[in-house]
This record gives sequence, C-alpha cells and structure tokens, in this order.
Amino acid sequence: MSLTKRRFDALIIGAGGAGLNAATQLANADARVAVVSKVFPTRSHTVAAQGGVNAALANVLPDNWHWHMFDTVKGSDYLGDQDAIEFMCREAIPTVYQLEHNGVPFSRLDNGKIYQRAFGGQSQNFGGAQAARTCAAADRTGHAILHALYQQNVRARTHFFDEYFAIDLIRDDEGAILGALVLEIETGEPLLIEAKATLLATGGCGQVFRTTSNAHINTGDGMAMALRAGVPLMDMEFFQFHPTGIAGKGMLITEGVRGEGGYLINKDGERFMERYAPNAKDLASRDVVSRAIVTEVKEGRGVGPNGDHVLLKVDHLGEDIISKRLPGIRESSKIFAGVDPVVEPIPVFPTAHYVMGGIPTDRYGRVVTPIQNGPEEVVPGLYAAGECACVSVHGANRLGGNSLLDILVFGRAAGQDIIKYLKENPNHRPMNETGVEQAMSRLTRWEQKGEGLSVREVRDEFRKAMEDHAGVFRTDEIMSEGVEKVKEIRKKLADVRLTDHSDVFNTARVEALELENMVDIGMSIVLSALERKESRGAHSRPDYTERDDTNWLKHSLYFQEGDKIDFKPVHTKPLTVETFPPKARVY
Amino acid sequence: MNQSTPSIEKLRWQCRRGMLELDYVLKDFLENHYPTLSVEEQMLFVKILDFEDQLLIDWVMGNVVPSDAKIRRLVGLMQAG
Repeated sequence: MSLTKRRFDALIIGAGGAGLNAATQLANADARVAVVSKVFPTRSHTVAAQGGVNAALANVLPDNWHWHMFDTVKGSDYLGDQDAIEFMCREAIPTVYQLEHNGVPFSRLDNGKIYQRAFGGQSQNFGGAQAARTCAAADRTGHAILHALYQQNVRARTHFFDEYFAIDLIRDDEGAILGALVLEIETGEPLLIEAKATLLATGGCGQVFRTTSNAHINTGDGMAMALRAGVPLMDMEFFQFHPTGIAGKGMLITEGVRGEGGYLINKDGERFMERYAPNAKDLASRDVVSRAIVTEVKEGRGVGPNGDHVLLKVDHLGEDIISKRLPGIRESSKIFAGVDPVVEPIPVFPTAHYVMGGIPTDRYGRVVTPIQNGPEEVVPGLYAAGECACVSVHGANRLGGNSLLDILVFGRAAGQDIIKYLKENPNHRPMNETGVEQAMSRLTRWEQKGEGLSVREVRDEFRKAMEDHAGVFRTDEIMSEGVEKVKEIRKKLADVRLTDHSDVFNTARVEALELENMVDIGMSIVLSALERKESRGAHSRPDYTERDDTNWLKHSLYFQEGDKIDFKPVHTKPLTVETFPPKARVY
Repeated sequence: MNQSTPSIEKLRWQCRRGMLELDYVLKDFLENHYPTLSVEEQMLFVKILDFEDQLLIDWVMGNVVPSDAKIRRLVGLMQAG
C-alpha cells in the first residue's frame, strides 16, 4: 500500500485551547500549519471549562502577578517550577488581553473593564486577604475561548485535519521528531504528515479511571505517543480527584452541595463523615472525604446492587434551596443518576478530574528529557502544551483558574518558539522509513483476525484496576497490586482482536488504539504513585501522611523502557524574584 | 437504513463531544431512540449534531428551551435517557 504524504512547517496534534492558540501564532506568522484533531475542533474538552482564567489585572481588588505567583507556588505544594510559574503569572496579563482582542466576550464591570471573580486559593499580598483574579465569560469561558481561537485559525488559513487520529510520532536516529503518522477515521486511510516541528496538545487522560469527569476523548493519546518515542512522563502520580462525581458516570456534583448542608450517607443511612472527621465532617478536605467514601465501599457499607458507591443526601434542604442555590444539580441528577435530589439522595463516588503531570517541557513548550548530558535536554522538533504537558506550573496540585491559563500561555509560548525554530531549521529532515514502518505496524496489528479478547472487556478491567489501585486510596500494598494488575492487562493487549475490520468509520479500531494509549499511561501513574513515599498536594498516602521536603522535593520521571522511574530537581529559582521556600500549606 | 442518513458508525463518532454529559446523552439517544425515529427526525438529529456543545448542553440541562417544536421533542427524549 502506498502511503500518502503531506508536508507542513508545523504539525499540531490536538485542537483544544493549547493547540489552537499555538496554531494562531504560527498561522499569523505565515507558517504552513496542520492541526490534527480526532473530533471536530470545537468539540475539544476545553469547551467544558466553565470557571475562567486567572490574571492579576487588579480590576476588582488590588492584585499583581507576584501575588498570583505566590499562590500558585503554594498551591503546587512547592513542587511547581518557580521559573515557569513566574513566567505564567506575568504572561497571564497579556494573554487575557490577546483573548479579548481575539473576540472572547469576557464578562464586564460597569466601568467597562473585565470582571474578575474570587476563587479559593487566591490571596492579596502573599497569603493575605482574598483576591479576585479570575476572568470569565459568564459560565462558558472555555466555549468562548475555543470558538474565538477556532475562528482566528479559520481566518489565518490553518489547515485542519478533522476526525484524524494520530497513531505515532516519527523519530530519526538522532532523536529528532519528523512528524507523525495519522489515520483518517472516515476512510481508514493512513497519512504521513512531515513537519519541521510537532506540538502535542492532546489534553488530559481522565479516561484511564472508571469514574472521571473527563469526556470520552480524553484518553491521553499525546502522552502515550511521547512515551513510545522514548520521552518520559513527569509527575504522573499527581491527579486531582473530586469526592463527589455521579456514581458510574463521573460528572461533578459541586462541593457547594455539601457547603449548603448536604451530607454523605452509607447503606445503613449513617452520616459516616462524622467518624472520619468529627469536626469538619462533610466539609473535610477533598482527599479525606474521597478516601472515606472509598473506605465505606471497601468495608461493605456501599450502596447499590454492587455496593460500589455512597449517597449524597440533600432532600432535607428543601426544593426551594436546591433550586435557588444549587442550580443544575437537580437536572444533572435526574438525567445522569435517574434521581430527583428533592426526594432521593444522589449516588456518588470520587471522580478523576485533572492530571498535573505530563510530558516534560520547558517554559517555551519544548519537550525536555534526560538524554546524555543532563536532565533537561531539548528533543529537537518536539513541543507539548496544555494538560498533556508538564511545565511544571501546577506541581502537586492545581489552583482553580490556572488550567485555562496554562493551556493559553504555554500554547502561545510554544507557537512563538516554533516560529523561531522554523527560522533556524528551514528544511525538513530526511524521513526515517523504519520509523514509519514501526508506526504503521501499530495500525496493521489490528488487522489480525480470529478469536480473542474484546476491547471493551479489557478496557473495563483496566479502568476498574486503575480506580481501585491508583485512585484516592494509595497504600504500598494497594498500589503494588495495581502495578501487577496493569502489567497483566498490558500483556493481555496482544490477545485483543477486533471483529470489525472495515475501513470506513471503524470506530472500534480507534477505541483499540486509545486503549493501548491508556494502558501505557496507566502504568506511568501507578508506578510513579507507588514510588513517591510522601503525601504532597493531590498525592495523598495514608502510609506516608506527611510532605517530605528532604527526600521528595523532586519531580518523578517514568520511562516506558524497562518501566523505569527516575527523578530530576525542582526549579526553585524564579526568573527575577526571590525563591518562595517551602512552608506548611495552610489555608 | 435510509440512503440520505449517515452511517451509525459515523454518527457514533460525532456523538463524541467535549463534555462528558453530552457523550452520555447523545450516545444513549443514538442507541435507544434514533432507530425508532422517522427519517425526517433522524435527519434533524444529524443536523443537531452539528450544533455547538454549549447550546446542546443548555438544551439538555433545561437552561434554554428550543424554539422549534420538533427539536424540543428530540431534546425531551434525550433528557429521558
């Protein structure tokens, strides 16, 4: 079969906020840009981000980028790289203005300036009074940003490959990235896209867990491609979980429900948080509430035919309060849990929400990895930005309003650095035909026929194993079992067969490729989590309850070859200001 | 299958959205209701899939009521699961 080839200056894989913001920079600089997206671009997961973008504009209350930086370093539990955080907090301000000029309809104050909302974790004057830092376009900021950036790209003639699935990166013998092999989902035809620079912007990987708030597209494809290209994944043990997702589905039930007086009960109707946190009860920290829910289920006090969730009781608040103060919760519960919370409690379980870890990059979006002469050598021609990347600005935990900021600032920075890279590297490198064959074999493997396991059964087993062994309950014993289970599942992948071998819209094949990606990433999460013997940020261990700055103030790196874990230092030195030394994280 | 409607496989992929809520609602609709619709309603569903995620979620969550009675009926079926 002859392989169709296309050449571009830059290839961007993923069309969420990071990918589209990078593409905007490149297309406006007259670079030939290809954007590959497995779904139509405005259906990327950025559309689900309701909250907003943090920037110290000081429109509502006094603010400056240095205070924003302090909050972000503290929120990261001191694992974030302080040079990257300084860069992000400074760049936040021009980034918001860029979006405004691109047509994002930010909510306004009466004086015409951008309205800014207060959120948890935001302070004035390095831990003082509450700040108001989040710029929002009503409750649909992600949607507004995504559409504005898409329109900018259409105007600038970015070339979109919609409904194309990226199979693998192509790398030459010197380790430079030459582009990627992609699959046109509609026809089943592979396509080789050669590019001088390639940006991975494929978003998060919440689908590795059985219960997640992430859309079905969030299977971590770019992270897995990076792993297979020899790049490690960094800090993958840091995954944010919300205590209350709708059981079996994963949609978030806001913490405001418990703030208004809702509480959790087990199958005996017991308000069990009174046992785990006698004072804070249902308002205890996320990890305490999440672990309490899982403990109730593990010890046989879960609800439902499989005893696999607990209940969130709100009916005692009355219809009036539920409708007025908790809008959306009633509809969500009715549609996705089949219960009306005015009369029945909501079935809930902790839900995976956001991964702080990802492909290691510097603040220009360049992918960095230990090669020969140090922990952070640039991989020529490879960039990453957005949730799939780890700059690292979120460290061990992410602040609200900093995720949209991350994707926009570093999407833009990557786009700008690629422009520079293209000037310095004006020619395509020779294609590595062996690399192309290897990528093709990943695709042709699914032509194997005969009896075998189904994608669905292996996927269900894998996601359950991840939830049980790398979720919110992280002890040495549980995670060691998890490593063995994921290794077994990884072996089983060879026995999976498709029953549909058609070419046109063969979504079963795409789901098989996604499953391989998820298993690759799953191993990075469970192994990194097992290795880190401390509690820091979102990584909370009952067997190592304290943060340990002496031994663990360092980033973890998972390499697929040999399932190896390595470490590298945290950048504690900012660009221009003094270091924020680690302190107890008290709010 | 009517010649003028896209294949179920194509529609299944287009039910993959940016929001988990829509993934479930649209996939369930495609499996449970779509096969029972008239061709005219099937074509309307195909058209609805081209609408923005934000509009679809507003309809499904009841924040916005579609002005078109035919769309209202389909959204009602989506809400019923």
